[in-house]
Amino acid sequence: MKEIINLPVKNVEEEEYHINMGPQHPSTHGVLRLVVSLQGEIVKNLKPHCGYIHRGIEKMCEKDTYPQIIHLTDRMDYLSAHINNHAVCLLVEKALEVEVPERVKYIRTIVDELNRIASHQLWWCSFGMDMGGLTCFFYGLRDREKILDIFEESFGSRLLHSYYTPGGLMMDIHPDFQKNVKAFIKYFRKKIKDYDDLLTGNVIMQLRTKGVGILSKEDAISYGVTGPSGRASGFSCDVRKHHPYGVYDKADFKEILGTTGDTFERYMMRMHEMHESMKIIEQLIDNIPAGDYTAKMKAVLKLPAGEYFQRVEAARGELGVYVVSDGNKSPYRMKFRSPNFSNLSVLDHISRGCKIADLVAIGGSLDYVIPDIDR
Amino acid sequence: MDNAVLKERILGLVPDAEYQENKQFLTFIIPPAKMHELAFKLKSESDLAFDYLFCLTGVDMVKFLEVVYHLESTTHQHQLELKVRTDDRVNGAVDTVCDIWRTAEFHEREIFDLLGIRFTNHPDLRRLFLEEDWIGHPLRKDYVDEVNIVEL
Amino acid sequence: MNFSIYDFTSFTQWIDKFLYDNLPAFWAVVVEMTIIGIVVLLFYALVGLFLVYAERKVCAFMQNRVGPNRVGPYGFFQTIADLFKLLMKELVYIKNADKLLFNIAPFIVIIASFMAIAAIPFAKGLHAIDFDIGILYVIAVSSMGVVGILLAGWSSNNKYSLIGAMRSGAQIVSYELSVGLSLVTIIILAGTMQFSAIVEGQANGWFIFKGHIPAFIAFIVFLIASTAETNRGPFDLAEAESELTAGFHTEYSGIKFAFFFLAEYMNMFIVASIAATVFLGGWMPFHVGGWAGFNHIMDFIPPFIWYIGKTFFVIWVMMWFKWTFPRLRIDQLLTLEWKYLLPINLVNILIMAFIVLMGWHF
Repeated sequence: MKEIINLPVKNVEEEEYHINMGPQHPSTHGVLRLVVSLQGEIVKNLKPHCGYIHRGIEKMCEKDTYPQIIHLTDRMDYLSAHINNHAVCLLVEKALEVEVPERVKYIRTIVDELNRIASHQLWWCSFGMDMGGLTCFFYGLRDREKILDIFEESFGSRLLHSYYTPGGLMMDIHPDFQKNVKAFIKYFRKKIKDYDDLLTGNVIMQLRTKGVGILSKEDAISYGVTGPSGRASGFSCDVRKHHPYGVYDKADFKEILGTTGDTFERYMMRMHEMHESMKIIEQLIDNIPAGDYTAKMKAVLKLPAGEYFQRVEAARGELGVYVVSDGNKSPYRMKFRSPNFSNLSVLDHISRGCKIADLVAIGGSLDYVIPDIDR
Repeated sequence: MDNAVLKERILGLVPDAEYQENKQFLTFIIPPAKMHELAFKLKSESDLAFDYLFCLTGVDMVKFLEVVYHLESTTHQHQLELKVRTDDRVNGAVDTVCDIWRTAEFHEREIFDLLGIRFTNHPDLRRLFLEEDWIGHPLRKDYVDEVNIVEL
Repeated sequence: MNFSIYDFTSFTQWIDKFLYDNLPAFWAVVVEMTIIGIVVLLFYALVGLFLVYAERKVCAFMQNRVGPNRVGPYGFFQTIADLFKLLMKELVYIKNADKLLFNIAPFIVIIASFMAIAAIPFAKGLHAIDFDIGILYVIAVSSMGVVGILLAGWSSNNKYSLIGAMRSGAQIVSYELSVGLSLVTIIILAGTMQFSAIVEGQANGWFIFKGHIPAFIAFIVFLIASTAETNRGPFDLAEAESELTAGFHTEYSGIKFAFFFLAEYMNMFIVASIAATVFLGGWMPFHVGGWAGFNHIMDFIPPFIWYIGKTFFVIWVMMWFKWTFPRLRIDQLLTLEWKYLLPINLVNILIMAFIVLMGWHF
């Protein structure tokens, strides 16, 4: 760059200057402020400033009852809302030693996986858009609408459902649920080939993502990067495999690990995950046992005094819920170990030495949802 | 390594660790002065190999402030929970572990921001979510804020 | 006077004669220039408006949507509504910006593309300026646009704009080479730089078929290089919305922004016209060497329609790959030019020269 640009400016190539990818920016996917220190086009370092959407969820949880907390967890990582709910429900059920009916476990697993696919579809469409291929945005959203239609039919809303409650589900699934899910899987299997044609196989996309933003396995473990981003670096962290919950132990699916940990691998991990999720759903959708949609729970839930920890695999990584209870109907302290928080901490480390355009690609591949970082 | 052997090992490393019964994970309370050294050994010794810090929490038990570390080993698949307590509510300080587990850098900043526990030797200890000039630490039990908190 | 849509020469000569008969020579020239100026301006504005609408419809078609369909039948007046809105917008004055350069920059870009349009033949006889160095003139004049872009970025007093302008400047200056060299390939085949002679020379077949392999390669290279020249398609990182908000025209609002916007579409039109004229025959219908009957049928369609059809075909191809491909990074873009397109061009010129010498073209 230095040799080609000859602007009458004093030494702009040699000095470092700061650029603000401010809270409002098309590529930061939420309200995150990145103060990027650049030398020409190369990133020297990066400081994220979070807190623009800090709502004090953990403090609010100390005043809310456990069923009310479910509604707050929806709004953390809103793209994997069901999975967040699942974590709190599992924790409460484990603490109260409640056995939920099999039907509930099957439905929860299937809906979790549908949510995962929907989340990855949104990731894909915004990743394509960040790269410049604006058509990807519309294709991804068009297919995501099919899942949202299924959700609306059964649960009443498209994005934030609060469908799981401690002990079971808010209501039973719609009679057409199984038929619609099967139709969706058939439809999406064809469409995902289009995704590969449009973006994955594209030479420009591969040039921009291969070898960019490499995260080694030791760094992934040390920084706590989980989910598809961690697995791309070779860190085997799938909670569904290591600490199974729901009926994941009954479904046959692979945990795919990458080797290089660059942006392209992180991209491919999520594409593979969509396939694996579809496989899981196909295995479970016909076998939902009949039964109650909720176990018998008391009106007021009081967890016995003590500490409880529950881990689930959200779409972006490992979500941990830690509760310190003193026997009341609200937790004494509730902490959410959010996957995006740890994923953000690695952004500075892996983007040193790359260009601004790469920064956008890396951020897109790490797939942030900012409300989860700020809680 | 199963929990009984692990318990012996930890007590061997830090004899005055206090073991807590009947918890979900193998739990110890570690004196603050010994934490950093123990953390280093936990990560570097090959039969322990706790390389994944999957949760770092701060809790305000009114009599003391507590930092809870949840650790896991990706090679041996065992987990551990450590707690460090400090009585000092004004200047309470704990050694940082972010030179051992890099994820602690952001987590400790969050604990400092919301609970006011300082971490010595942290490279960049400043508030994370709230503004630089915010007064008080909201997650504390004695935090009062008439403007932002609505008491029903 | 006999008008013919197949040959506008009689019409233009009639106007010419009328003016020279009734006015002193000096005023006749002035009136003629004014008429041409107004016609070109109107053409520029109308085609620009239409292209913006066409882009939105084509893009919507590819993205599985409908596009504008409320304002007027099939949303036809959408651009007029947009233009009206832009005219009404407040012109934001930047405090520390260099006022003169800030205001001049959009005009420079428009003037450059205006001057290029003047030299292109729209139909037989409908040709504003017929230089004998036509191609050279067009390339020279369209490279003035880069000055406008650099001035816009610099005078905005904004880091993002500066980065965008620098990127754009590097890009345009590099790709001018490829544009020029691919046109040189055809000049070798045609033997002349004059636009009307080039079009006449395609009476028995378009150059892309006459020159077969090297002409086809030159066409592909020209398409890629000219898309990069106009900051479009996969090469639009100067205005990469997802990275730098709006690049070099971030600080412009209202009518000045409309100028940049319009200039981009008109540059695309100019580049497509040149491609259509030089490679695809301009206003010359599709003739095949010796098939007199076929040629006669093709001649029924007026040349003006041929010209518009070819230009819009090239424009459609450019829009197609803009909406399909992701964006290239600046260093990849420059690598593409200097390490791939330039050597290909040079070798291609040699091949074409060899073919012309040996007479191996049609």
